[in-house]
Parts: sequence; structure tokens; C-alpha cells
Amino acid sequence: MGILTSYRLRWQRKRWRLRALQKGRDLREVANRTKRIAPDDILLFCVFRNEDVRLPYFLSYYRRLGVNHFIMVDNDSQDEGAAYVLKQPDVSLWTTKGAYGDSRFGMDWLTYLQGKYAPGHWALTVDVDEFFVYPFCDTRPIRALADWLDASQVRSFGAMLLDMYPKGPVGSTNYKAGEDPFKTACWFDPGNYVISRNALLRNLWIQGGPRARAFFAGKPKQAPALNKIPFVKWRKPYTYVSSTHMMLPRGLNLVYDQQGGEKTSGILLHAKFLNTFVERASEEAERGEHYKGGKEYKTYAERHGADPDLWCEWSEQYINWRQLEILGLMSKGNWA
Amino acid sequence: MTLGVIMLVHTAFDRAEQMVRRWAEGGCPVVIHVDRNVEPATHDHFVHAISDLPDVRFASRSRCEWGTWGLVEATQSAATLMLDEFPSVSHVYLASGACMPLRPVSELEAYLARHPDTDFIESATTADVPWTVGGLDRERFTLRFPFAWKKNRKLFDLAVRLQQLVGYRRALPEGLVPHMGSQWWCLTRQTLEAILQDPKRPAYDRYFKSVWIPDESYYQSLVRMHARRVESKSLTLAKFDHQGKPHIFFDDHLELLQRSGCFVARKIWRDAELLFQTFPQPSAPDQIDAEPNTGAVDRLFSQAVERRTYGRPGLFMQSRFPSSDRQAVLTASPYAVLQGFDDIFPDFQRWLARRTGAEVHGHLFARDRVHFADGVELYRGGLSDHPRLRDYNPKMFLTNLIWNAREKHHCFQFGPADSQGICWTLAKDTNASIWVVTGAWSVPLFLSGRSASEVRAEAARLQRIENKFLKVLRSPQVRARVRIMSLAEFVEAPMDVLQTIIDEIAGHKGRAISEAPRMADIEGLAAFLQDLKNQGMHPFLTGDITALTVQTRRRQSRRKPYIVAGK
Repeated sequence: MGILTSYRLRWQRKRWRLRALQKGRDLREVANRTKRIAPDDILLFCVFRNEDVRLPYFLSYYRRLGVNHFIMVDNDSQDEGAAYVLKQPDVSLWTTKGAYGDSRFGMDWLTYLQGKYAPGHWALTVDVDEFFVYPFCDTRPIRALADWLDASQVRSFGAMLLDMYPKGPVGSTNYKAGEDPFKTACWFDPGNYVISRNALLRNLWIQGGPRARAFFAGKPKQAPALNKIPFVKWRKPYTYVSSTHMMLPRGLNLVYDQQGGEKTSGILLHAKFLNTFVERASEEAERGEHYKGGKEYKTYAERHGADPDLWCEWSEQYINWRQLEILGLMSKGNWA
Repeated sequence: MTLGVIMLVHTAFDRAEQMVRRWAEGGCPVVIHVDRNVEPATHDHFVHAISDLPDVRFASRSRCEWGTWGLVEATQSAATLMLDEFPSVSHVYLASGACMPLRPVSELEAYLARHPDTDFIESATTADVPWTVGGLDRERFTLRFPFAWKKNRKLFDLAVRLQQLVGYRRALPEGLVPHMGSQWWCLTRQTLEAILQDPKRPAYDRYFKSVWIPDESYYQSLVRMHARRVESKSLTLAKFDHQGKPHIFFDDHLELLQRSGCFVARKIWRDAELLFQTFPQPSAPDQIDAEPNTGAVDRLFSQAVERRTYGRPGLFMQSRFPSSDRQAVLTASPYAVLQGFDDIFPDFQRWLARRTGAEVHGHLFARDRVHFADGVELYRGGLSDHPRLRDYNPKMFLTNLIWNAREKHHCFQFGPADSQGICWTLAKDTNASIWVVTGAWSVPLFLSGRSASEVRAEAARLQRIENKFLKVLRSPQVRARVRIMSLAEFVEAPMDVLQTIIDEIAGHKGRAISEAPRMADIEGLAAFLQDLKNQGMHPFLTGDITALTVQTRRRQSRRKPYIVAGK
């Protein structure tokens, strides 16, 4: 059984990698500045589509953390996003008109690029609306985390997705390019996340938060997954399986302790619920390119006329990582 | 007096160069050992970079792998070179490229002058050392270790197990008592010379070559044979975590390091620019003679190790997910599960809250919705009252609820009409105390006014479910505190039970019950139960309720003594 399972998973991993090689052909190189990548550099991988409003803050946020090079895929944006990114000296850009849904939601493209540029580097894989927070991120650059993980012989680092929302209808916010999205979307659900374990891939499956409470209470199984493993010391054979929720080889999914201790972990602050979301929800529901054919977006559109108010009296206002640590959403582990 | 510094370097050469200059600026001669695994080009570049310093020498290079003899060999050759080349050196300090002086060399020299003829080296007998990694303490000295622990873990373990199996033991050199301790020491010239020039040194070297991690035991053991005064502590602040890997200092540790009063600290993160700029820092005039005090540092790092190894009980999160078989405590604080009480006392919930000040919920696992305390729709942490959301993962619903308000003592009502998915979690949690009045479900059925034939099926269903729960509560895996009594037993002396519950929940704050909760009017219950029996449905969980009529009458009798006479 053990050998059979690992053989099956090995085969599955090879299949994802092969698929990525095929889908890699969809990519057209726009600006390849990867020669500037130094051996120790920390890389960020990201797919975007019509995100010109979000990109400026996104890039500056991760530069401030100490990301050295951005490897980005523009999925057929119709706005100024690609042109903006192209002007940045630390970004290498590819573009594709391929369908998001047909490429495992962009993962095929990224797997291809990761296999090519990430081996030997710490690689952060995030969406444009995900902002990585780790213990001591206000005083220690991401390089410090990477060095410490190296010294501890840890290869992958977990960070749960935390949905952030404003107080009042989401559509009433007015997000402008370059702004910190968490100035308005600064609220989150502190203690309603449920976890189960995937016996095959050994990852945890986390659901909950405002989306489960407001949109999926009647069908909790369909609530979006919040477990993520965004930060990985890459090696050639690695591949993400479903978004950045889980990986193969499956040992990389063991970002949690099973004996009662706490491993070090972070949070991805999710700046999804801004006024941009309301337009998105109806657009993406029609496009049907997202996970499960855009079902999630359809649910939003149905339930709230696409303009929900997620705030409740138990919502917490975001202060810093220490607050998230005390609440038990992330952990310092043995990093002090 | 002069302090000489031996520096072991294998990486981060720019920082190492900086440290060499720090020591040299303080007037210390430095002997550097560069790991032989380092590329020649890197080595040459490094040598060239510090070629302007007059009192720096390079020792012959050994291959230094973790836990191997090479590290001892490196210090031996460096120490010999130091003693030969610099006759004025009276103390030798062993440091690495990642060690940073926190206080000026002059303060360290003054400290050493205040402690003449003293060797500072952590040195404890193996019997007293709990910090070893890999579970080997005494056996480090009595087995052989042909395989590297870091590279060939399986072979290493196999070799150890084989030797243990056949009972192999090496003989120790005569007079040697094994000691262990931090590898960073500061020895006097006399002691170091005595160790290096000991006529029996070849025998000792031969022996330590196959001891495991000799760099933590070679000098630590031999110093006991030669030193005049051993101060068993390291002057280098170095903390290790549960994996035996050193904690690293970052910029935000600045204040902590300043307050520690330590002379040298390791390891410093290579990019901790602020630390490198700040230290060495002269002490305040009244602190110049201060002894190192590592209390705050110890606390910080031991808390971190505790967080990593034990975690926060009752917390389930992305990086802590203990399997329930390994955990006796599933929740963050004690709580009470009360089954049947609110059937017997209609106002029980409010009464209990008033008596105890606890957080008293209704039926958390009711099928229609979650009945949180005060009937709210959303509870702390953003828990929804939607039953499907709760039933999707009832265990985590409960652990979340208690974690979110863990400063309170939670109580909730439970019953056979509720969703039963939580039963095993309750039973296996040491924090749960479960009180069951069996058969109490018959009271609301009786009060509903419906006839026995109408409620027969419902009664049978509730009894079946409750019986299943009781089976769980009586299984050997139970870790909760469980008290089970039948309805008949309970109504016989309800006050005693209620008083115990209140004492347990409120602790010392509980007072004697002055006001009893109002009991439902159960006059006629016995006849109702008899009717059920006549229908063929035996309510065996209620106990023998025929006595009940007598009971009720006796309770009334307290108020109206003349009825006793009538009896």
C-alpha cells in the first residue's frame, strides 16, 4: 500500500510537470530579466489579469519585505497592468492568452516557470491580492526567515489565507492604485476556522472565515480552502497541486505539527473584498474560469446582489502579526 | 595580560573579516582556522582581505564537519600556534566567525583579571546533562561512531543499535571523567599548555577521535585534569533549540543583548546590520563591572522552544494539528456538559448563569440552530449559529468556541434530540465534565400533553440515542469526568447534585444554594411512564419512577408538615 501510494503520487507529480511543460508553450516572453537573479535571491511568482489598480502596492509591499525578483504572467489583461509591470526593473514578464481555467488556474504556467527559474531559491507564490505576513515581518526581512528556515532544514512554509473586509458594504469602498488595501479592508474573523486532514496528500484543509459564515453556511463543504503553502525552497521536481493549497512531493505539505507543538507559520492577508470585488464577482461568474467554474463567484452574486457586508460585532481590526499570533491564527513556533 | 582569540570560520567571510578587525582593534592577536571544505579562491580572498593586520595568523586547515574530530584538531593547531607566536597571551578565547563581542575587549580583560587563574568553560558530567540531541549522553563516550550523524543518519542509528545490542563498551583512558558543555571556552595559558603538552595526549586524542561530538567534550573533560579553578560557564552567549541548533540574533534583539551584559554572543544573523554597527558597546560607568546576566535571553528562547514542542493546549490551527489520539486535552479550558437538567428545570439555564457567573449556553448542538448563551446569532470569533456549518466539523466548532472565550467556564445543555456528532470528542476530552440525568427526555414528552401512544415512537428514539451516548461515556477510552444518574435517582435529591455542579463550576466562588430552580410539575409522570410501558415501550433509562409520587409528596411535606401526619 505504502509503495503503491507513493508510486501513484510520483506519477501524478510527473503528470503535472509534463502538463506544465505543454502549457508553458502558451507563454510568450515579454521581458526576461532573469539573468539579474543572484544565486541567493528570493523570487516571487504571480499570475495576474486586469489588476492595474492593485499592482503598484503589491510590488512595493513585497519589495519592502525583501523580495529580489518578480516572475509574473499576464493572462491577457485589457488594462494598463502589463505596461506598468514592464517598466519595473526587477520584474520578468510573460504573457498568455490561454484560458485561466484550462491551465489549472494559472498553476501550469507558474509550474513551468518555477521549474526553470526557481530551483535553489526560496520562492514565494501569491496572487496579486495576497499579502504575506510572517513572524517578525515588521523587523526582519524575508531573507531572515529564509535563512532561519534553511538553518532549521525546513523546506516549505505555511501561511493561511485570511479574508479581510471593510466595515459596511464592500462596494462602498473606494480603492485607488498604490493605496494600502488594509486601510479600509482591515477587519477579519478571528476564530471560526475549521480544519481537517487530507490523508493522501497529508495537507490540512482549512475552511471558514467570513465567506463560510456569510455565503456557505448552508453548504459548508463548498466553502473555499484557506490553507496555503506559499513559501518554498524550490527544487526541480516540486509542483503545486491545487493553487498553492498543496504540493507534491507530499512531504512539503507537513507544515504543521501533530504532537501538540506549533511549527512556525504565517498569514496571507487577502485583500479580496474591496469595491473591485463587486465588479469582479459578476464578471467572473459569467466567465466561469475560476475554480469549480466560478461557482464561488456565482454564489456571491446570488446571495448579496454582489455587494455584501461581511462585518459583524466579533470582527477583529487588524493591527499587526503579533495580534494574529496571540489569536492563534499563526505561530512563531521556535523562532524568537 | 593579553587575550588571544582563536576564530573558526567556514562561511560568511565578510562578517568574519569584520569580527577579526573588532578583536584586533581591541588589541587581541587572532589565530584563524578556515575550514578545509572552503574553496581555495574564497580562502585566498579572505586571507588577502585581512593581510594588513599584523597580529593575525592562519592555522593549518582541517576538515570541519559537524560533530567530528576535525573541529578539535582545528582548535588544537590554532591554540598551539597562538601560544607559540604570541608569548604575551595569558588567556585564549575560542570564537567563531558568527560570534560577536558585545562589550569592549578591555572590559573582558578586566573581568578575566578579576578572576585570576580561572578557566571559563562549561563542563558538566554526563549524568547531569539533559541537553543532548539524539538521546545519547553517556554512550557518546562508550560507543564508536564510524558514520556521520548529519549525512548517514540511518547507518549511524544502525551502528549505535548494533553496539547496544551486543553490549559493546569502549574502555575510557585512565583517570578521564567524561564531561560535556558548550564548545566556546576561554582558557588560561597554563591550562591550555598543560592540555596540549600532556605526555598522554596521543592516547586522549586517539580516544576522542571516535567519541561523538568531541568538540563538546574534549576540552571540557581534559580541563578537569589540569585546571586550577574551573568556572563552569561559557562567556559566550549561545542558546540552542530543541533540535540542538543555535538560536540566531536579529536586529530586534538589540535591547535584549544590551541588557544581558554578556561579553560575546552567537549566532548573529549575517545581515543584522544594526547589531554589527552597535556592538561592541562600552558599558555605562556603573555597569563596567557587571556580571553577565542571561536571564531574559534564557526566558525568551525557552519560551520559543516550549511553543514549538508543546504549543498552546486547545488550539487547532494551520501549524498545530495534534491527532486526537495523542492529546488528552482537546480544548483550551474546562467546561461542563449538562444533559437532562433543562428538561427537569425549565429555567435551568438562566438559574445556572446567575448562580455561577459562567457562560451558560443552551443546546449548542440543537438541530434547529446553535443556542449560544443569550441567544445570539454570532458568537465570539465569528462563530455562526447555522447548524450545517456546525455539523460540518462539530469538533472544531467546540474547540473554537472554547478557545475564543477560554477565560470563561463554559456550560452547555445537551440531549438525545441534539446532533450527536460531538459525542466522542466530549468523552475523550479531559476538560469535559459530563453530567447526565438519564431518561429526563421523558419530562418534556409528558408535559407536551400528548398521550403515550402518540409519543411512543419519539420516546423510543430518544432512549435509543441516549443509550448510545451512555455506551460511549462508559467505554474505556473516556477521559472526561462523567456522572450518570437516572431521573429517579436525581429527583430524589436534586439539591445535592446541583450544589456539586455549582461548586465545580464556580469553585471557591460558589455559595450554598439559597434559591432552588423551579422544577417542572411532574405530578403524573409515573402514570405516563406506565402508559408507555403498557404500549410496549419500556423507558428503562428513567429509573424506577413509581416512587416518584411519594417523593413529590415528601418535598411538599417540608412546607406542609401536617401531610406527613396524613402519611
